[in-house]
Amino acid sequence: MTTASQDTSGQHTPGNAVPGENPRHRSAEEIGRTEAGPRPLPPLGLTRAVPLPDVEEHTLDSGLRVLVAHRPGVPMVELRLRVPFAGDEPEHSAVSELLSSTLLTGTTSRDRVGIDDEMAAVGADLGVSVDPERLQIGGHGLAEGLPDLLSVLADVITSATYPDAEVARERDRLIERISVARSQPRTIAREALQRKRFGDHPITREMPTGDDVAAVTADQIRALHAAALVPRGSILTLVGDIDTAAAIAQVEKALGGWTSDVAARELSPPPAISPGDLQLVHRPGSVQSQLRLSAPALRRHDPRYAALQLANLVFGGYFSSRLMENIREDKGYTYGAHSGVEFVPGGAVLGVETDVASDVTAAALLETRYELGRLTAVPPTEAEVEAARSYAVGSLLISLDSQGGLASSLSALAADGLGIDWLRAHPARLEAVTTEQVAEVALEFFAPSAFTGVVVGDADVIGAGARALGGITGP
Amino acid sequence: MPAVELHRTTLANGLRVLVVPDPATPVVGVALHVDVGFRSEPEGRTGFAHLFEHLMFQGSESLEKLAHFRHVQGSGGVFNGSTHQDYTDYFEVLPAAALERALFLEADRLRAPKLTEENLRNQVDVVKEEIRLNVLNRPYGGFPWILLPPVLYDTFPNAHNGYGDFSELEQASLDDAAAFFDTFYSPANAQVTVAGYLDVDETLRLVEKHFGDIPARPAPVRPSFAEPLPSADRRQAVTDAHAPLPALALGYRLPDPAADLDGYLGHALLASVLADGEAARLQRRLVHADGLVTDISASAGLMGPLDARDPDTFTITAVHPAAVAPDRVLAAVDEELDKLAAAGPSADELARQVARWSAGLHQENDRVMYRMLGLGARELLYGRAEIAVELADRLAAVTPEQVRAAAESLRSSGRGVLLVEPTAAQEGNE
Repeated sequence: MTTASQDTSGQHTPGNAVPGENPRHRSAEEIGRTEAGPRPLPPLGLTRAVPLPDVEEHTLDSGLRVLVAHRPGVPMVELRLRVPFAGDEPEHSAVSELLSSTLLTGTTSRDRVGIDDEMAAVGADLGVSVDPERLQIGGHGLAEGLPDLLSVLADVITSATYPDAEVARERDRLIERISVARSQPRTIAREALQRKRFGDHPITREMPTGDDVAAVTADQIRALHAAALVPRGSILTLVGDIDTAAAIAQVEKALGGWTSDVAARELSPPPAISPGDLQLVHRPGSVQSQLRLSAPALRRHDPRYAALQLANLVFGGYFSSRLMENIREDKGYTYGAHSGVEFVPGGAVLGVETDVASDVTAAALLETRYELGRLTAVPPTEAEVEAARSYAVGSLLISLDSQGGLASSLSALAADGLGIDWLRAHPARLEAVTTEQVAEVALEFFAPSAFTGVVVGDADVIGAGARALGGITGP
Repeated sequence: MPAVELHRTTLANGLRVLVVPDPATPVVGVALHVDVGFRSEPEGRTGFAHLFEHLMFQGSESLEKLAHFRHVQGSGGVFNGSTHQDYTDYFEVLPAAALERALFLEADRLRAPKLTEENLRNQVDVVKEEIRLNVLNRPYGGFPWILLPPVLYDTFPNAHNGYGDFSELEQASLDDAAAFFDTFYSPANAQVTVAGYLDVDETLRLVEKHFGDIPARPAPVRPSFAEPLPSADRRQAVTDAHAPLPALALGYRLPDPAADLDGYLGHALLASVLADGEAARLQRRLVHADGLVTDISASAGLMGPLDARDPDTFTITAVHPAAVAPDRVLAAVDEELDKLAAAGPSADELARQVARWSAGLHQENDRVMYRMLGLGARELLYGRAEIAVELADRLAAVTPEQVRAAAESLRSSGRGVLLVEPTAAQEGNE
């Protein structure tokens, strides 16, 4: 390749210029300074308060809770239907996954293509996902097409037929997709972590085996749909360029016929995490290792939650965190390191994760434990807390600045028994947290002795080094 | 997109400026697009454009290492950067109160980045971990964006791996970085986009205040990356130690969007008619009727629609069971393309895909970040941010005949065929 740039400074440093590159250029040192010298950082301007929209709430006779917010901007509507969908039966995970793959493949009046065509006509899409806790139907469409979108939604909820041929085809595809997912290191690490921290509680059954899926029949899916895909306990959230009263009337009309005598099934709280050794999981030939550590945390309802949120940010919750600055920006062990709070029924857990090269696995684990200990012994400074606070407030503002972001937030909060008032008040809660309060939660929740977890990697390469640090069991 | 005001200026040093106010949002975004991507990196230095993107976050004259991240996030904002075929972008989205700070941060590193040996070595390590994470330690790593181009293209700029070889990344020197910056990061080779809650005049004043005194340097002459169209099928197989199932990718050449935008959009809608949604041709035929593939997708643009200059790639990718020979998949794709080349899609079929595009564009425009990046990239690549504004209308005007012609052009040209073959028995589920 060639370039035609000519340096006009008259200075250049001959060096190892790449062939074809113009050799007349400034040195790195010359590039990094100007005559004027360093400049001061401009101050922040005035923060603009943005009112969040009111949320209209209505409960249908069937028990379905409906939340609707008017948020214009683009002529769209976002939809989230959350149905608690737990099950203790060993085959529940396989049946519910295949149900989720086939829910949109046929009703008494529409086939798979017909369902999709009808949605596409109003620029709409629906997707179904399921996990051990809930089934979610999520989607969006042009706002003027909301009645059509609701009509398709009502049809699949009340009249899905699970045609035998569709079930057979989707069963094969699901088995193939599971084999792909299980070849992903992050899936392997997640499954190992869930087992390590929650034992055999149903919350761990995030992905069935191929064999379990192969055994599922269309009749089992139909039976699960009838028993569990029910309105009482479910929450429908709509956010968009819509009239709230009209939208509620449209929901009433479309979904009024969706009824059941039973309530949706909530997942029981998993056992509390008990601290312990990290489990080493052997993945032959792996060139990276997955470090996954976990400890108990606090729910959003807890008065100390905002303080925990800030402590987590300082530790590993954003790029400017101690963990990221240490193991990425200083040591170069990883592309990313992250910590965060994950909500589970009745509680919350803290997770710390990073993927690192095999040859630095022990070193990265050592640094991770060091940073956990340091957060307790050398608690976040005033400056660290201020930066985390600004980020928490600002990123909340940004995350709510779209219809989709607001819909997802409202749906998740509603499932936890909270509403938009919680969102409105949260910036003030963050502002009120003191540095001492952050230090207190850091001491309680980030102590290295509070954690358990897993390390996934090639044990033949990483085993000796990791074991030498102590607190590791496994091959 | 609803009515959008586009305000432009060019500073004396050649820096282009695009300002897009939106009174409805509380946030503002600042993006710097530099007219260099991995197609322009020198031979022997694969991955250098991306490595250099990392270096731009490592400090500048007024900002110590780590300060950029801390100032953006400590102002309540988020940031990122990315390296594409023909451009590199750097951006932050923040509460509107932080607008001047964001402009200051971008200007400081465009004026005087602190390029040091220590930061270079650190970021080589970080980039290698990024590649291990996204390519080497997972199934289908780099599929198809790294693996397909060398099958379809012959010249280094178009064919090479934009993430880079480890050995070449390790050889990268500080002097390479200085040469790259002086050549390509001239203000005359860059563009600043500001979008969100802002006052246009005040924003233009602040842009001048922070970027105006960056000394002018000439813009590099942009080489042509043109290559002759392939005349035949070119096939290569690669092995994948992590993949449980085989996969394949087809690569075709796209019309030049700068010269023939409607032809390009005909291909974009062809991709949708082929693969988007349950009713799409390849979904119905290959996934459901024949059961040949697990999943299939199609896309105009190796890294997305309207994201590169000519030449760019139309891709069809599929994962399929080992029991299905790749040629059966190819034959079925060709038959479906032949049907479309003969009769085109129906008007209703096309209208439904256009409605989905339109909705998708609305969704993108609802987020300041995506709207800013879409406008900025089209302005840099094609000199017309209006393309992003007009896209929904332009797509709605595409006729079934244009989609038919796109299918015909795929069938009448050569293509690249990449086969991904699992090496071993599937990994255990341990």
